[in-house]
Parts: sequence; C-alpha cells; structure tokens
Amino acid sequence: MIALSDYLIVAGILFSIGVAGIFLNRKNVIVLLMCIELMLLAVNTNFVAFSHFRHDITGQVFVFFILTVAAAEAAIGLAILVVLFRNRRTINVEDLDSLKG
Amino acid sequence: MPFNSANLLPILPEIAILITAAVVLVVDLYLKEKDKGVNHVLALIGLLVAFVLTGLVGGGERVLAFDGNVVRDLMSDLLKAGALIVSALTLVYARPWLKDRNLLAGEFYVLSLCAVLGMLVMISANTFLTLYLGLELLALSLYALVAFDRDSKLGSEAAMKYFVLGALGSGLLLYGISMIYGATGSIELGAVARAVAEQGSGNKVLVFGVAFLVIGIGFKFGAVPFHMWVPDIYEGAPTPVAMFLGSAPKIAAFAMIVRLLVEGLNALHTDWQGMLAILAVLSIGLGNVAAIAQSNIKRMFGYSTISHVGFIFLGLLAGSTQGYASAMFYTLTYALMAAGAFGILTILSREGFDAQNLEDLKGLNERDPWYAAMMALLMFSAAGVPPTVGFMGKLLVLEAVVRVDMVWLALVAVFFSIIGAFYYLRVVKFIYFDQPTTAVPIVTTGGVRAAMTVNGLAILFLGLFPAALLGLCQAAFP
Repeated sequence: MIALSDYLIVAGILFSIGVAGIFLNRKNVIVLLMCIELMLLAVNTNFVAFSHFRHDITGQVFVFFILTVAAAEAAIGLAILVVLFRNRRTINVEDLDSLKG
Repeated sequence: MPFNSANLLPILPEIAILITAAVVLVVDLYLKEKDKGVNHVLALIGLLVAFVLTGLVGGGERVLAFDGNVVRDLMSDLLKAGALIVSALTLVYARPWLKDRNLLAGEFYVLSLCAVLGMLVMISANTFLTLYLGLELLALSLYALVAFDRDSKLGSEAAMKYFVLGALGSGLLLYGISMIYGATGSIELGAVARAVAEQGSGNKVLVFGVAFLVIGIGFKFGAVPFHMWVPDIYEGAPTPVAMFLGSAPKIAAFAMIVRLLVEGLNALHTDWQGMLAILAVLSIGLGNVAAIAQSNIKRMFGYSTISHVGFIFLGLLAGSTQGYASAMFYTLTYALMAAGAFGILTILSREGFDAQNLEDLKGLNERDPWYAAMMALLMFSAAGVPPTVGFMGKLLVLEAVVRVDMVWLALVAVFFSIIGAFYYLRVVKFIYFDQPTTAVPIVTTGGVRAAMTVNGLAILFLGLFPAALLGLCQAAFP
C-alpha cells in the first residue's frame, strides 16, 4: 500500500525540479514553460493524494480547475513566446536582457 | 440542491463587468477604425454600472452565496468600489495614448475588463478555489496586456518575464494552498479558520503551507526578495498598461492577503507576522534605495511601488483591527496615487514619443501649470508630505505598528521613507526649477483634464479630511 507521505514526497520532488528549472535554465524559454507545467502538476498530485486519503472530493474538483487554468496559461505563454520570437529572432533566456537597471 | 437566484445578488457587479466585456468583444467586430472610441465609452459605462450595483447590493450584514464560495461584506464593497473607480480613471488616461499609436483596439478594453472581473472575483472570494480563479483571470489578462504593443521589443520581453515569474508565484501559492487543504480538509476559508484554530502551529504541514502562501503573496505583490519582475515590467510595458497593473490590482492583492492570512489563518498570526516583517523591512529598504539610482521614471515608480508594498505589509502584520484598517486605507489611496502619477506620463507622451525619463518632466510648470501642480501633489503624497493623503496613510500604519510594540519596525520604516523622499522631491524640482527641454505643447482632452483634476484633488482632499474613508475602512474590520 502506498502511503500519503510517498505521494507528497514525489510531488515535492517534482515541484522542486520545476522551481529549480526556472532558476537554473539559461537556454530556452520553452523549457521554462515546461517547468511551470511541472510545478502545477506537482500541486495536482498533492491535491489528488490529499483528496483520496481524506475521502473528500473537493481536492479532485480543484484539480480540474487547475488543469483548465494551466491550459489557458500555456496558451498565453506560447502566444507571448511567438510575439517575442517575431520581435527578437531568439528565444534564448540569456538574450532577454534589455530590461536592466 | 435547487438553485436559489438570491445567490446572484452579491455578484451583480461581476455580472455587469462580464456582460460589458462580452458586449465590447462583439461590438468591436462591427466598428470601423475611426469609431473605435465606442469601445471606450462602453467600457466606462460598464464600470459605472458595476459601481452603482456595488453600492446597491452593498452595505449591511455579511452574505455568503454559492455554498460559501462567494462572500459579500463591507470590506468587499469598499474594495470593489475602489478597484472600479481606479480602473475607470486608468481607462480615461489610457485613451489618448492608445489613439496616438493606433492601438485603440477593442482587445485592450476586453482584456482590461476581464482583469477587472478577475479583481472583483478575488475580492469576493471565500474559498481558495474562487480566489485562485480570480487571481488567474487577472494575471492572464495582464500578461496579454503587457504584450499588447505587438511590435515593441521591450514589451514582449517584459511580458515573457512577467508571465514566467507570475506563473511561478501562482505555483508557489497553489502549493501552499494544497498543503493547507491537506492539513484542514477544506478549501472554504471559514472551515479552514476553524480547523487551524484547533490545530494551531503544532501542525508542521500547516506552517509549511503558510510559508509557501506568504512567498506566493510576496510574488504577487512584488515584495522583496520576490520583486525582480516589478521594475522590469513597469519599464517594458506600454505606459497605460503599467498604469493599469500598478494601481487597481494592488487593491485586489490586498483583498487576497486579508482573505488568506487574516480570515483563513488568523490562528497562525505569530507565524506569518515574522515572515511579513522580513518582507516589509526588505521592501521598504531596497525599494527606496534602489529608486534613487533610476533615470527612467517608470522604473523609478516600480521601485517606489515595492517600498509602498512594504508599508501595506507593515499595517497587516500589526495584526490589530486598527492595523488592517490602516493598511486598507493605505492600499486604496496608493492605488489612486499610482494611477495619477502614471496618468501624467501618458499625458506628457504624444505621437512617436513616450515620456519615460526623468528629464521629460523638466519645466512642466512652464508647459502646463495645472498638471504640474497635480503631479507635485501626487509626488508629495507618495513621499508622505502633509497635508496629502500619503502622509495620513503612513501615519496610520506607523501608529498601528507602534501600538503593538514593534517600535523598531516603525523606526526602520521612517528612516527609509526619509531617504525615499529624496527621489520624489527630485521630480518636483525638475517640474518647477528646471527649463523645459522641448517646446512641444501638451495636448489633452477635456475628459483627461477633468479626471486628472479629480484624481489630484482627491489626494489632497482625502489628506485633509481622511475621516470618511478611514471610517469606512474601520467598519470593514469590526
């Protein structure tokens, strides 16, 4: 039997990978979008695990909303990415440095 | 469970905004290029209707609707009214700027109205779910708005940064919410508060969740050390968008922090008080010091926002009803002030020219004495000079902090405010004591002038007679 803590640990690791990816990644903006998805999916894992072990359906309902919002978020992120590429001909994170001060 | 149409009553303002957004979206399709101003009028009418509805359904006892998902109380009434007024002001200021650049498209108004809808939903949220949905509706609209000037290199870069860091903030907030859900078994703030009061800070899962929650809130507010996006976005975004996202969303963010920390997790007050104190001190310190070094005025406003956020946190962390009321007063007046200061920048801009350097304000008094006076009032208020409302706000917040025996915090805040006064007064010096660098006349419409007059004089009036607004704020926290 898999215990609640196991799910939480997996979710915690996934979440940490996502956050670390955002800060460490210096190459590609698309990887940033993947990291954001990973974070949200880790949260979903948390919610489903809690929901199952607490016998409370609310957590699973919450997950559906998060999934929907994540889809909308990815759509906007990719749209911004397209605009960015059209303007600058690059999606390298290190090249996004014109705003400094 | 039968549907009770009385549920719809508390969310009538939201419904009005949603309908307006939908109407603008459709009407825009049939408008010729020269008639795009109709969108503007429609959006303003929508905001006005929502404002009137807020007044009509407002007042009286706290009402829960939709099985506790939505709440209507005195705090939500006041914050909604504030958010609607400030949003309407920003739309008025934005119009000439957009028109000069052929950006007066329906999309701007649809996205702005969706953002306003998101704010209203956040303000009336009573569960984590409603709060999250409102927050995302606001954030997603703002990401798109920042990238609104499609051909601007800086705009698209700012939008990307805002998107990534905003999504990171939402992720952290959600992770905290999932932990609190796990510990309490509910997402409704009332039930969460009861469960938290039972468990106290003995439950480490709860404390863990609160830490993530505070970090998420820090990201959304732009408090140090989660502030790195603020100056970049303020500089890169088109001026009207920076004005929009720098003013009214702060009111919604204030609602979020009160709902989460004060209504939901009040029993853990000692835990989040320390975290907020660190964020507040760092924000006030770094915001004021870094702002001095800026030559770009939009960027300077970015750092100034960070320092004002520190003050809002100060009021909240006091943990007394007096502290909450003073933080609310501060937030509302700050939003008004930010809208006005950015409004002056949009007025100074013209076709092919964006006012965004400090030098662009030089000699404003000779070019237009009235706007110069308004800008001076706004800057005095931001610096906290009596008799403007900024002074009143700072005084109330500091008084609340001192009352709970955190004198050192108040001293730190005062010290850095004095440093901060320098860069605000430098703007006033540019306006009154320097020669203009250009002879191009300032062209504005009567509507903009009227709005700016109301905005500037409100700053003065609220500073002289703060009792009415303060009374409303205090009534919201019985």
